[in-house]
Amino acid sequence: MPTAFSRILFSLLLLLPMAAQAGDANDFAAANPAKQASLLQQWSANPDSARLALLEALQQGRVAADSSKQAFIEHDGSYRAVEGDAAPTGQTRKLRLNNRMRGLISTAMASHQLLSDDPALRLAAAQELQKRAKPAQLALLEASVAREADDAVRDALTLALANLQLVDSDPTVRLAAVRLLGETGEPLARTRLETLLDPDVESDPSVRTAAETSLAQVKRKLLVGELLGQAFSGLSLGSILLLAALGLAITFGLLGVINMAHGEMLMLGAYSTYMVQVLFQRFAPEALALYPLVALPVAFFVTAAIGMALERTVIRHLYGRPLETLLATWGISLILIQLVRVMFGAQNVEVANPYWLSGGIQVLPNLVLPYNRIVIIGFALFVVLLTWLLLNKTRLGLNVRAVTQNRNMAACCGVPTGRVDMLAFGLGSGIAGLGGVALSQIGNVGPDLGQSYIIDSFLVVVLGGVGQLAGSVMAAFGLGIANKILEPQIGAVLGKILILALIILFIQKRPQGLFALKGRVID
Amino acid sequence: MQRRNLIKALTLSASIAAMGMTWTVQAAETIKVGILHSLSGTMAISETSLKDMALMTIDEINAKGGVNGKQLEAVVVDPASNWPLFAEKGRQLLTQDKVDVVFGCWTSVSRKSVLPVFEELNGLLFYPVQYEGEEMSPNVFYTGAAPNQQAIPAVEYLMSEDGGAAKRYFLLGTDYVYPRTTNKILRSFLVSKGVAEKDIEEVYTPFGHSDYQTIVANIKKFSAGGKTAVISTVNGDSNVPFYKELANQGIEATDIPVVAFSVGEEELRGIDTKPLVGQLAAWNYFQSVENPVNTEFVNKWKAYAKAKNLPGADKAVTNDPMEATYVGINMWAQAVEKAGSTDVDKVRDALAGQTFAAPSGYTLTMDKTNHHLHKPVMIGEVQEDGQFEVVWQTEGPLRAQPWSPYIEGNDKKPDYAVKSN
Amino acid sequence: MTMPLNQTLLARASAKLGPQASISIGLLVLLVLLAMPVLHLLPADNALHISAYSLTLVGKILCYCIVALALDLVWGYAGLLSLGHGLFFALGGYAMGMYLMREAAGDGLPAFMSFLAWTELPWYWTGTDNFLWALCLVVLAPGLLALVFGYFAFNSRIKGVYFSIMTQALTFAGMLLFFRNETGFGGNNGFTNFKTILGFDITATHTRAVLFLATVLLLVASLYLGWRLARSKFGRVLTALRDAENRLMFCGYDPRGYKLFIWVLSAVLCGLAGALYVPQVGIINPSEMSPTNSIEAAVWVALGGRGTLIGPLLGAGLVNGMKSWFTVAFPEYWLFALGFLFIVVTLFLPKGVIGLLRKKGEQ
Repeated sequence: MPTAFSRILFSLLLLLPMAAQAGDANDFAAANPAKQASLLQQWSANPDSARLALLEALQQGRVAADSSKQAFIEHDGSYRAVEGDAAPTGQTRKLRLNNRMRGLISTAMASHQLLSDDPALRLAAAQELQKRAKPAQLALLEASVAREADDAVRDALTLALANLQLVDSDPTVRLAAVRLLGETGEPLARTRLETLLDPDVESDPSVRTAAETSLAQVKRKLLVGELLGQAFSGLSLGSILLLAALGLAITFGLLGVINMAHGEMLMLGAYSTYMVQVLFQRFAPEALALYPLVALPVAFFVTAAIGMALERTVIRHLYGRPLETLLATWGISLILIQLVRVMFGAQNVEVANPYWLSGGIQVLPNLVLPYNRIVIIGFALFVVLLTWLLLNKTRLGLNVRAVTQNRNMAACCGVPTGRVDMLAFGLGSGIAGLGGVALSQIGNVGPDLGQSYIIDSFLVVVLGGVGQLAGSVMAAFGLGIANKILEPQIGAVLGKILILALIILFIQKRPQGLFALKGRVID
Repeated sequence: MQRRNLIKALTLSASIAAMGMTWTVQAAETIKVGILHSLSGTMAISETSLKDMALMTIDEINAKGGVNGKQLEAVVVDPASNWPLFAEKGRQLLTQDKVDVVFGCWTSVSRKSVLPVFEELNGLLFYPVQYEGEEMSPNVFYTGAAPNQQAIPAVEYLMSEDGGAAKRYFLLGTDYVYPRTTNKILRSFLVSKGVAEKDIEEVYTPFGHSDYQTIVANIKKFSAGGKTAVISTVNGDSNVPFYKELANQGIEATDIPVVAFSVGEEELRGIDTKPLVGQLAAWNYFQSVENPVNTEFVNKWKAYAKAKNLPGADKAVTNDPMEATYVGINMWAQAVEKAGSTDVDKVRDALAGQTFAAPSGYTLTMDKTNHHLHKPVMIGEVQEDGQFEVVWQTEGPLRAQPWSPYIEGNDKKPDYAVKSN
Repeated sequence: MTMPLNQTLLARASAKLGPQASISIGLLVLLVLLAMPVLHLLPADNALHISAYSLTLVGKILCYCIVALALDLVWGYAGLLSLGHGLFFALGGYAMGMYLMREAAGDGLPAFMSFLAWTELPWYWTGTDNFLWALCLVVLAPGLLALVFGYFAFNSRIKGVYFSIMTQALTFAGMLLFFRNETGFGGNNGFTNFKTILGFDITATHTRAVLFLATVLLLVASLYLGWRLARSKFGRVLTALRDAENRLMFCGYDPRGYKLFIWVLSAVLCGLAGALYVPQVGIINPSEMSPTNSIEAAVWVALGGRGTLIGPLLGAGLVNGMKSWFTVAFPEYWLFALGFLFIVVTLFLPKGVIGLLRKKGEQ
């Protein structure tokens, strides 16, 4: 409830001539950190649109001071005075900001944006103030609510105001604020309401009961968000496991090669992504954001070619001796790791998310779904579909299945088994390469990248049932979700150990995995 | 037929006997210096640059005429990130190559592995990395930070008005000894400063953990209870997925600052730094520190990397353990000059109180008794170019407390180096 | 007693090489090995003195030889490729390490425990200050684990690749478990800084010599055991099991008991090797359980020649000897050499080095 006094004060502030703020930038530049902080706090309580440019520049770290403590703003490398057109004297130094200062600047910025004509900006500012508003801004918020024409913005502002009104002297105001907070799903609201349950803090029993009801409401909403978040992270982990394991489901599951170099195919896929990124940076910086899309085919073909070369030179001599493929491919993996280490250095290389894979979408107040994870879930399903189509709807797939089921019979029927082996191994490696592109978007890219996924990949394939694509999909998502259910209960380390123990037990029960091949084949 | 078999038999036995032999050629009138850093395996990422830094420092000392008129000769071995191999190679350096001093090790476990060998043979080891303390051997000089020279000042900063006046602390680490010990010290430090137990959360992940979704969600949930700071002792490779997840879930340094104890310039080379800007790290040295000694140091390193064609030489950076290596070798050389001999006992005595103008901008002193350097502590903020900007530093170098007073029973430990019992 | 046995053994194992040649090789190797600890006792300035460095290095390789032999018993003879033998090796090592830590700590708690602010030993440390009980643990810990795991696995007829992957998962889980400080085994630092064994200074030349001798004897004993097994009916059943399990079953044999016995025996041998390894290298920690180490052990066996008794020893000796040399001489290229070695061996030497030697002998 805005008081008359604050309204008058606020309109007076709006009417103040610009000149009154002329010294702001220079005051700020000359002040010590403590003074700067109090200046920012004053500004957030009394916004003035003339200060917007200065705050924006501060937020972007473009404000500098010269030796006479005059403030300048950097524009593309040159410094311009905030007021007047004086040139900097002596050496200019950028103002040093720390996180506390940045937080205060954001708050001040939000207060100033409330004056904006753009409802979207005002809404964002109101949401920012829900998190950050300080008691000093009470009057400002009251005035803004009264003034606001846009419904959405007014609701957001009312909520921001309610946070401050929890300590209002008037119990009815407090009651209304408590009720309002109950309708949100904000994690912060929970803590704020919890403090009100204490009779020492909140003296009015009716407000305390209301706080209790509101708290239950908030908790319910938070629980929904938490559960959804857990489900999503399980799916996301599952999709990553799936991408890591899918190539192996072909080279190991169908061809029977214990491919210890599978992890290195993932790694090479990730390094291909890195190379594509570097080429884009050098030759097409304006299209940099598209590099992951280009990296997909590149990684696929690079790893498929390497896979086919390996198949022709090494692995084809080892069919029918599965345990020996383990040793040979282990050797290959050592060579590939060291090769990458010599070529690119032992350090990780930097693969940056393009803007469309950075950040996330705020679904609920306590649930953000990162874009890169959403895209990867979709991508994993796409790759599964692609693999399924290739294996079940193409001639190559038919041949692959024929060769894996009965090599001699297939050869008798005229299937070129050698060629099919090569293509199938290439396909498996290529898919691992695609997995590598996805992995490069969530983790680090270094020579040892593959090593950290190889055990998980084998477990996924074995758990799903060797040779069963659907089994691998189920196993990957099952493991992902089980992991994410266990992790909050017993921690990441014990969770991982428990999962491994469970897999070992499960395989005892069903030695052929989730989806066993039906039949009575015996050696 | 017969003869050929006999020859085979002889070759075999000869090859077994040869395993014990050494291949280094004895050069006249040099002082041998051992370098014991992993050049392959998982730790190669971090340790390779320390080996190169050690070689550069040795070259530099040789160019100035060596020590006591003798040139230094580096003996480099590769313990391949394999802990028992550290002990074996340490013994090889001391007994076969007969080096006078060894610079090496990164992980605590590798130091623990070689320690009995150095104590048995009365060798001298310079250890350049920040660690958990709880050790003070007469045969080791520790040029990295003890917990009170890194972790505790960092937390004091987070508690201060400038650091955001955090009320709640989320201690996140990889599950091994250094994070566990550091967090134990920090927990009892925080409690002594009046932070309630419910405001401290400790979470650990397995080695190589790459899925931080649940943990980041927990951090968010935890932070709803008050101003929160995350103290990260997450190890090496897990940092990239951790920071990416933080950024993608919309957590900014202004809301929840993360201060890391194992992320430095070298680690940032492999990370896209945009999402990290504003996050913090605590060290005793940053490449961005401005003073003439450091400028010269950084330039020398860049020139060396280019001249030796090291991988990624165009982006060569210096970091805290590299500075510690540099300081360690120089201090040792000064001590040898002072002692007039490379005898371990004489050098040890000469090292007490030795000073050196370090790139950090301070004149560092080797403590008279506890074998640790007095070091300044700096908090740096990650910048977009992969460097740190110092936002806070201690007034001067701090004396190390390897036996942290925040751990029970340590008050009974002597404040001078004794052989481990 | 051991010498003539060993002699015949070597002669049998590489019979094709010509009996005299094998005798000369076997004798020579054994003589060198037995002489090493004695030469170590000589004063350091003696020309024939063997340094502690060489002695521990060879001692370490001999421990690996025992692991290779144990792995060969299950892989080469029974066809069960284990990628988790590092776990059994480490368990034996930890059991011995517990004893050594208690010795070093005297009446108090081991240093890492007092640091964890634990005031008493966890139950599984009970009695570890007694050397005999520690020895029992060296056998029991890997043995019981192998028994339980093997019982279930063989009952469910898990074999081939599945078995390998399961054992790999087992050792990986073990590694994660031992990494934790709370498990009570010193976290990733493991156990180091041992002082005495049975009251003798662990760094004394005599102690070293005795430990080395014990390793040689264990190796010879395992060889003898392996040789007896391989020649017995039991060994033939195992080989049949490897080559055609179903046919064996149709003949009325129940393979489970055979598999279980050789599996547990192999695990116990590994545990013993680990127990001798720890006091010689002076450290045990969870990295011994990393899946990579176990794969490497399989490589020793394959390189030397599986299904023979001498092959694995050759393989372990060759790879580790090369490793010690290459990592000093060409650290950058060591992994290339190792990788190419694996490929070449699997492609061109399916029977390993021993197969090559035999073929040469036949010509």
